[in-house]
Amino acid sequence: MKLSPRATIITLLMIGLGAVPLIADGIDEPFYTVLFSRMLILSIGAVSLNLILGFGGMVSFGHAVYLGIGSYVVGIGTFHAVEDGVEWMGNGFIHIAIAVAASALAGLFIGAISLRTRGVYFIMITLAFAQMFYFIAVGNENYGGDDGLSLYTRSDFLGLFDLSNDNSLYYLNFFVLVASLYLTHRLTNSRFGKVIRGTKSNEQRMKSIGFPVYRYQLVAFVIAGAICGLAGVLSANQTDFVSPSVMHWTRSGDLIIMTVLGGIGTLFGPVIGAVAFLLLEELLSGVTEYWQLFFGPMLVLVVIFARGGIDGILVGLDRWWQNYFLKKKAEEN
Amino acid sequence: MNWVLLLEQTLNGFQFGILLFLLAAGLTLIFGIMDLINLAHGSLYMMGAYFAATFTQWTDSFLLGALLALPACMLFGIILETVALRTLYARSHLDQVLATFGLILFFNEFVRLIWGPIGLDIPLPEQLSGSVELFFGIRYPAFRLVIIVVGILTAFLLYLLVSKTKIGMLIRAGASNRQMVSALGVNINLLYTIVFGLGAALAGLAGLMAAPIMTVEIGMGEGILIITFVVIVIGGVGSIKGAFVAALIVGFIDTVGRSFLPDILGLFVSNDVADTAAPAISSMLIYILMALILAIKPQGLFPPKGA
Repeated sequence: MKLSPRATIITLLMIGLGAVPLIADGIDEPFYTVLFSRMLILSIGAVSLNLILGFGGMVSFGHAVYLGIGSYVVGIGTFHAVEDGVEWMGNGFIHIAIAVAASALAGLFIGAISLRTRGVYFIMITLAFAQMFYFIAVGNENYGGDDGLSLYTRSDFLGLFDLSNDNSLYYLNFFVLVASLYLTHRLTNSRFGKVIRGTKSNEQRMKSIGFPVYRYQLVAFVIAGAICGLAGVLSANQTDFVSPSVMHWTRSGDLIIMTVLGGIGTLFGPVIGAVAFLLLEELLSGVTEYWQLFFGPMLVLVVIFARGGIDGILVGLDRWWQNYFLKKKAEEN
Repeated sequence: MNWVLLLEQTLNGFQFGILLFLLAAGLTLIFGIMDLINLAHGSLYMMGAYFAATFTQWTDSFLLGALLALPACMLFGIILETVALRTLYARSHLDQVLATFGLILFFNEFVRLIWGPIGLDIPLPEQLSGSVELFFGIRYPAFRLVIIVVGILTAFLLYLLVSKTKIGMLIRAGASNRQMVSALGVNINLLYTIVFGLGAALAGLAGLMAAPIMTVEIGMGEGILIITFVVIVIGGVGSIKGAFVAALIVGFIDTVGRSFLPDILGLFVSNDVADTAAPAISSMLIYILMALILAIKPQGLFPPKGA
């Protein structure tokens, strides 16, 4: 089987991501493991957002709220585990279970109301709900309020693996990312996914065929929230810190940027986007303190000129490659 | 219940509502007519405050500074529209959100570069820094009263402009049917630029009036922008009347909620619980209100006709 250039690049990217800790240890720069770990976590967030934004056409501007919920489950859990000695509250499996359940519930609540609306209303309502959760976190003085909570220990996985080792955490992140990509792949190609995608392209048509569009969208919304909640658990463990700023509205904006920058509605687009976003941030902020002065206008240019994002460029590369071979074949004949 | 405090907070809520209205009017017009979601509207508010701060320093007079900042904001908005936003009108909402989000990043950094990272304070002119006796010996800060008066005056002028003048007729026509207006031979691009300039001036006015009572700082437009979104969603996107009513409701609930919720909660639960829960709940109030209204009327209180 011959891989197209796009498939080659994406395969290399995934293999490269899998090998980061080995390379970082090899060149003795553990900093890279942490940087790429952040990329993986935000990739998971972007992949989950892509499920509703890219495949479902629901422009949710409050997706970071689930990152926050997941983070706070870990933050509050370990807080009680350390301060009050309640051991089970430090358990990672319980963190994951509660974070996923709580995010799904929040998604159900937000989605049930927001999905009654369309277009700009939907964008603004999801934003406003995220803001609401943000203020709950800010107002909650017991758990640090505005200043946030420092985690003195990471989630405890009963000796199965030790998260205090950055490499273990990295591979947990990598595993969750691959799992969520697989889930997205299965979902979007299932009957359920076809209804969701069909609704994006023409809602009226799907309704006329007889699909209860609202319910399908709500389920997708809840699944996306649950996956992102899991990313929140990982994020809290990665940064050893939880604060309302994880769900600041600009975080939701960042997730949208990653998804669109990489390629909206494609399987690997969000991963490419998250990696590109954080690499750009890293590079630009190394060059100048005022990096957003360049990043902002770049975003405008990407929106205006590069429809389809980076993955769109790769698709263009594929087409060029194919034409090149066809031409070559024609010349040979 | 402390009635003097209630009256004072009601006036504060009214004053906050007026600021929200100035922002919401521009935002809702821009959305209603150009179908553009402009996240950078909060940046215009911020620019208004920074312009006012600088011009006040130059002229040593807040009034002159404000009078200079207003056209500066309008010009700024017009340039922004012509250079960056014009290409976005035909694009999807997602593209607009992204591009204007990029503009926010740019403007925040731009302000940090020019004015530095530390917030500015604008001193109030002496005549306005005192307080005025309203009635029964109740005193209220003069400058907040000025905000209310200027705001109501602006709302009235806006009403005259939109409902009595030719340009207002075009704006209303544009809000209900864009294609038809341009098909009738109206220079729609010019109309767009005018509307955007108007919206920018209103946002700038809100910013420069807020400047002396809040700190002028980077990102000051973002928190209030999201509340403005709540306002126009509650009011019905595209409706100025809706924006006015919703702005006053939201301003009132937010302000009065913040100062009285601990007392009200204290009636039901212990004071300790009330004191810890109240700050979180009071900042949620307007979002709960929004959720309730949208659950009943998904198009907001005053959905524009023809939409």
